[in-house]
Amino acid sequence: MAIEPKKHAMPVQDAAVRAHNFEEVALGYPAEIAVAEAQRCLNCKNRPCVEGCPVNISIPEFIAKIKQKDFEGAYSVIAESSSLPAVCGRVCPQESQCESKCTLGVKFEPVGIGRLERFVADYRNQNARGKTVRPKSNGHRVAVVGSGPSGLTCAGDLAKRGFEVTVFEALHLAGGVLVYGIPEFRLPKAIVRKEVETLKELGVRVETNVVVGKTLTIDELMADGYEAVFVASGAGLPRFMGIRGEGLKGVYSANEFLTRVNLMKAYREDARTPVLRAKRVAVVGGGNVAMDAARTALRLGAERVYIVYRRSMEELPARREEVEHAEEEGIEFKILNNPVEILGYGTGKEVDAALRGTVRAIQVRRCELGEPDERGRRRPVEIEGSEYEIEVDCVIMAIGTSPNPLIKNTTAGLEVNRHGGIVIEEDTGKTSLDGVYAGGDAVTGAATVILAMGAGKTAAKAIAEKLLNR
Amino acid sequence: MFRIVNKKKLNDTVTMMDILAPLVAKKAEAGQFIILRVDEEGERIPLTVAGYDRTAGTVQIIFQIVGGTTMLLDKKEAGEFIEDFVGPLGVPTKTEGRKKVCVVGGGVGCAIALPVAQKLHEAGCKVHSVIGFRNKDLVLLEEEFKACSDKFTLVTDDGSYGRQGVVTLPLKEEIERGERFDEIIAIGPLVMMKYVVATAKPYGIPVTVSMNPIMIDGTGMCGGCRLTLVKEDGTRSVKFACVDGPDFNGYEVDFDEAMLRGGAYETFEAGERERVCNLFAKESR
Repeated sequence: MAIEPKKHAMPVQDAAVRAHNFEEVALGYPAEIAVAEAQRCLNCKNRPCVEGCPVNISIPEFIAKIKQKDFEGAYSVIAESSSLPAVCGRVCPQESQCESKCTLGVKFEPVGIGRLERFVADYRNQNARGKTVRPKSNGHRVAVVGSGPSGLTCAGDLAKRGFEVTVFEALHLAGGVLVYGIPEFRLPKAIVRKEVETLKELGVRVETNVVVGKTLTIDELMADGYEAVFVASGAGLPRFMGIRGEGLKGVYSANEFLTRVNLMKAYREDARTPVLRAKRVAVVGGGNVAMDAARTALRLGAERVYIVYRRSMEELPARREEVEHAEEEGIEFKILNNPVEILGYGTGKEVDAALRGTVRAIQVRRCELGEPDERGRRRPVEIEGSEYEIEVDCVIMAIGTSPNPLIKNTTAGLEVNRHGGIVIEEDTGKTSLDGVYAGGDAVTGAATVILAMGAGKTAAKAIAEKLLNR
Repeated sequence: MFRIVNKKKLNDTVTMMDILAPLVAKKAEAGQFIILRVDEEGERIPLTVAGYDRTAGTVQIIFQIVGGTTMLLDKKEAGEFIEDFVGPLGVPTKTEGRKKVCVVGGGVGCAIALPVAQKLHEAGCKVHSVIGFRNKDLVLLEEEFKACSDKFTLVTDDGSYGRQGVVTLPLKEEIERGERFDEIIAIGPLVMMKYVVATAKPYGIPVTVSMNPIMIDGTGMCGGCRLTLVKEDGTRSVKFACVDGPDFNGYEVDFDEAMLRGGAYETFEAGERERVCNLFAKESR
């Protein structure tokens, strides 16, 4: 049988329709397409895809189960390595991980591994019967700080092995970036809720409204009888460019904008948390967060939404599918443009009261690509005198974060690097303090969900070994 | 869920509540704040800690009814519950090593200034309090301030109680009379704090102000509470009130920007007030 050269297309909501709703964009493979896509896998001997996966899912094995229409079996294979397959199938940058290594990809398009993972997880969520069995307690207590992907993964892995795990969450809802950051149309919150429920069935306790570093300190957790602490408190303070006009009304960090809409549901008509419903929006940055913010602004009713990015399309760090979806929806890419200043209407009495102190435009300078930087990305070089204005009434800064100081400031002896990230031992997650482990964005700065999950797994393994072999 | 242990109306628009939150009560210090949500669909609002009882495990909040959320909160009675209550957040007000401090409070800001004055007083520092209100009906915590102040002045804008005028008048007089304050701590409306800074500047007295910007998470994630500090040499830096503050060096705060940003959702808030009012009007019908 000849091999289908292309991935089976993902059914999606029509771009013109979805640009005005918050429902999920990608609809998922139906079973027959999933099986057909699985048939494309060569089941090659050297399994390069597994190496490309940060949590080393046995990819050819789960795909083989799909070929046999044993979807439950496929789920069991994935569950051995991943705690959040429904999440990862949706948000992993597969094109730079598993799928980038696929043997089929040398000649044709690689196997749609991410789409298959999502299919398996969704199938299981819809068809699973009976409650998760709670393992017998081994009597050891572990505290996890933060309920994002890293914390949830670590908690799940430890709970499955009989540890008594308590997860402390600063916000009123568990899920971390999965609930405040990633929008509903890319990751429905019902999926996150389900994952958290599953963990609770495994015996994990989730304490919301506890800010570790403020309400409780790591030392207090240890004194309270927790034998190990895993710090997965996430990335921190949003970065701004330091240009003029960032204090104007209508300038948001992507974190604030997305939190208002996702966590606080500001997109609903009856929401109690407000968000600016802007007509023209500029989002500064080129990562997944920038795409999320731009597409969210569009769904809130903006007429024109621009991505302002100083490099070219090739260098956009966002997941490829998100860029494609954004383009289909009508997001305009102002590439090779670097913001110089955000311009306002002025604050004087002569200005209409509704416009006073609000954004009028963003001034940008054109760039060209120069020599590659230390990471191999070509550096943008500004072109003198090429400034021009883009008329907008809202600017969203999506240019990354710097680590949160709360835990560092209240934990004596916890070593951090010069960027403020917690220093760990790569293969165990151990920090400079005995019994304290860390992972996810608190260590790396803003990265991906799957890397954070990988760090959670690594730490869970190291914690289990340490506490059980004592 | 967090139980309201005690509720007291201080005046028509200001209410005090003691909330059972033992973990927060254990750590809370003057100058810090909490974030609460009234119910499951509620917005998150920051309120500065007005007091705490570590033995009873309660934290005191004093709030002015300004928008939909504070209106909903005010409808709750002792014995009822609020959905979320998290803290203590922010850095406590520094009170160590001061010998004589002038505490300036304006309006509901006095609720936050009081624990600071009390803490200074307990530490043996001389406390001069200058507190101001729009009129007699809005006066708060007068006796409490008197009890912890070596000198006490109360002003009202319209002269209906105490001395007529704004807080900067008695403040300036005291300074000119030769009072040597190590520091002035000003807590109140932004415009009041701005003018306290302007009053103190010619004499070079350090001024600490307590900022209360718009916030969501309160832990340094969203950046909504950012404000700009301008150093003497003109260099500007962005700070986050939730983790770097809420106290800042008054000479460095860009008050004009803070005032602008503080009003970002005024229209929405007005709508919310009306919506909540209508809701209660319907219920009582």
